[in-house]
Amino acid sequence: NFPQERQVEMAGRVAKFLISGARLAGVRHYSSDARTVTLIPGDGIGPEISAAVQKIFSAAEVPIVWEEVDVTPVKGPDGKFGIPPAAIDSVNRNGIGLKGPLMTPVGKGHRSLNLAIRKEFNLYANVRPCRSMEGYETLYRDVDVVTIRENTEGEYSGIEHEIVDGVVQSIKLITEPASRRVAEYAFQYARNNGRSKVTAVHKANIMRMSDGLFLRCCREAAERNPDIKFEEKYLDTVCLNMVQDPSKYDVLVMPNLYGDILSDLCAGLVGGLGLTPSGNIGEGGAVFESVHGTAPDIAGQDKANPTALLLSAVMMLRFMNLYNHATIIEQACFETIKEGNFRTGDLGGKAKCSEFTDEICRKIQERNG
Amino acid sequence: MASFTRSLCSFSRINLGLQGSRVLTQVPNLSSRRTFTASKPFPVAQYGGRFTVTMLPGDGIGPEMMGYVQNIFRYAGVPVDFEVIQITKNSTDDEFENAMICIRRNGVALKGSIESKYGNASSGSRNATLRTQLDLFANVLHCKTYPSIQSRHSDVDIIIIRENTEGEYSMLEHENVKGVIESMKIITRKGSERIARYAFEYAIRHGRKKVTAVHKANIMKLSDGLFLETCRSIAKEYPEIEFSDMIVDNTCMQLVARPQQFDVMVMPNLYGNVVSNVVCGLVGGPGLLSGRNYGEHFAVFEPGTRNTGASVAGRNIANPVAMLNSACDMLEHLDLQSHADLIRDAIDRTLNVDKIHTADLGGQATSLDVVQNIIHVIQANTKDSSW
Repeated sequence: NFPQERQVEMAGRVAKFLISGARLAGVRHYSSDARTVTLIPGDGIGPEISAAVQKIFSAAEVPIVWEEVDVTPVKGPDGKFGIPPAAIDSVNRNGIGLKGPLMTPVGKGHRSLNLAIRKEFNLYANVRPCRSMEGYETLYRDVDVVTIRENTEGEYSGIEHEIVDGVVQSIKLITEPASRRVAEYAFQYARNNGRSKVTAVHKANIMRMSDGLFLRCCREAAERNPDIKFEEKYLDTVCLNMVQDPSKYDVLVMPNLYGDILSDLCAGLVGGLGLTPSGNIGEGGAVFESVHGTAPDIAGQDKANPTALLLSAVMMLRFMNLYNHATIIEQACFETIKEGNFRTGDLGGKAKCSEFTDEICRKIQERNG
Repeated sequence: MASFTRSLCSFSRINLGLQGSRVLTQVPNLSSRRTFTASKPFPVAQYGGRFTVTMLPGDGIGPEMMGYVQNIFRYAGVPVDFEVIQITKNSTDDEFENAMICIRRNGVALKGSIESKYGNASSGSRNATLRTQLDLFANVLHCKTYPSIQSRHSDVDIIIIRENTEGEYSMLEHENVKGVIESMKIITRKGSERIARYAFEYAIRHGRKKVTAVHKANIMKLSDGLFLETCRSIAKEYPEIEFSDMIVDNTCMQLVARPQQFDVMVMPNLYGNVVSNVVCGLVGGPGLLSGRNYGEHFAVFEPGTRNTGASVAGRNIANPVAMLNSACDMLEHLDLQSHADLIRDAIDRTLNVDKIHTADLGGQATSLDVVQNIIHVIQANTKDSSW
């Protein structure tokens, strides 16, 4: 039988334990609660476009709390450069991240940061929707393709050796779990976003076993998801048809290297990397990023175009099931580009980044009344 | 005399085969196409003024196209006899071996695409095996926009030189642990040197100004790094040609935005596949372009994008121009320039003046319409000449 104060103290401790346990268990999905999202502004134009996105989100009253972290590599206790543990903890805790462009210095002591983040958080699928934007016309009008690319293995496993002088061997690794994961995700994405067809891109006539395995996993996933149409095409056929008639394809799923080339090809069809959003989905969360460079020549001059980062943030909202907010912001962005008065320099206009952002905020506030 | 020459040819062929790897030195100034990078002429089977060429119709639209080729050759009076060997996806290894021997004997082949049998992981792709066994290390694709064919880009004139035997197509795969498959991509210095030198020689021979190497050395540092390094060192020997390099995904983006910036492109096997299909799509489709495969001793000609065309086979709607262009390339290789010009002129007239286009070019004509028009033009042009 304990004295009064002791009882209160113990009750307090038990309560704290319960609450922290609940927090650790991820109980933070109340719709009225604001979710915390890790923000990595990046280098070059990164900070300005991140600020633009934050401004637009607050104008749209999105229930998100931003947690900014810096991923400049620091020397760890073992002497190797790595991402600072604070950043890793942040993304692990929040499960969602938004990343601006990062600079990979040549010849320095650390690997590409993009690759490090990908490996660290086990981001297995890279999703890149490419849609023709009204108002920024390219030679291709009717592009509406989503490329889903396996992000962890394949040709980019980095396993290379020089067998004899002058003969180099590079190993392409395809595993069943990874292929199955990405195939399943492709069908899930198609269903969640109202897509009707998934095409598996491969070269199984040449690389029989490896791409054969990938194809088998895709076929099995197709059987589990009979409501989505499935077809398989050779890589060369897809390339040929993509530049002639992009409307033939809907969602494409493929291993790493083909995905890299095809996703950049599709980005080129709609106007380049400055307008393309991109998301990396992992098992415990996702990181959304803009794929363009840091553009150091226009950094700090209010000339940057935040569209890529903004559209990636919209993808993030959809991932978090905040569909209404996503649609409102996306509409405002497309309309602003279509109208043409506030286009930034890379789209052929003269507006400043801040003017573009303000116009979008204005449209959102008009919409929300 | 003929038999003496024949035996001399075959003797020199065997000799070259046994010599193994040779370092390519200067290119002799003999007949242009025959002695491109080999230091001795290509052996060809020429008996009594007529050439013998192996023909492999393959699967899909191959057989019909080959029929058209033989027909047109008859009307144009081409002194070529075809030795037809049927290799389909169901052929045995023995039949395939016979086809190889035939090509080695004749030195030149015209080929359709052989479909791969799915599900059988042990037999490799027949097309790829053919290329590696005959050591056809260079695949040359000349992509040029046709004036009357609708395409989004105009003024495209790109030569794609693709390494044809190694790289990702080595077909060396194994499963060490269940569910984990490794596939090897092999790049050798010798292979890269050969193809780089071929590219620069080609550029000089055809008056081109720029060679671009396409790679992904930022990710595959050792393998594509070796390829790039080799290209750079060969580039130093040709200071009059401008050399640059570009990463493959950037290349694809630039190709769909502004393809006019490229001149000659050289690349390893897989990127060659992607880039050649992208460029073929840009200039108007797989129905028009022809691809040439050159080795040290053999040359094989086929449609550029290597499609079997199974979906359009037997319906009289396939475009015969690709196969006819390959046949013309073959004639140029055999130094039958006048015949090649005759047929090319007829094709040109049919496409650009009479505008007889098949479905893939946006028209309504059948394959037979195109072929018959070509034959009419040839007949009109050869009315006054006699054989």
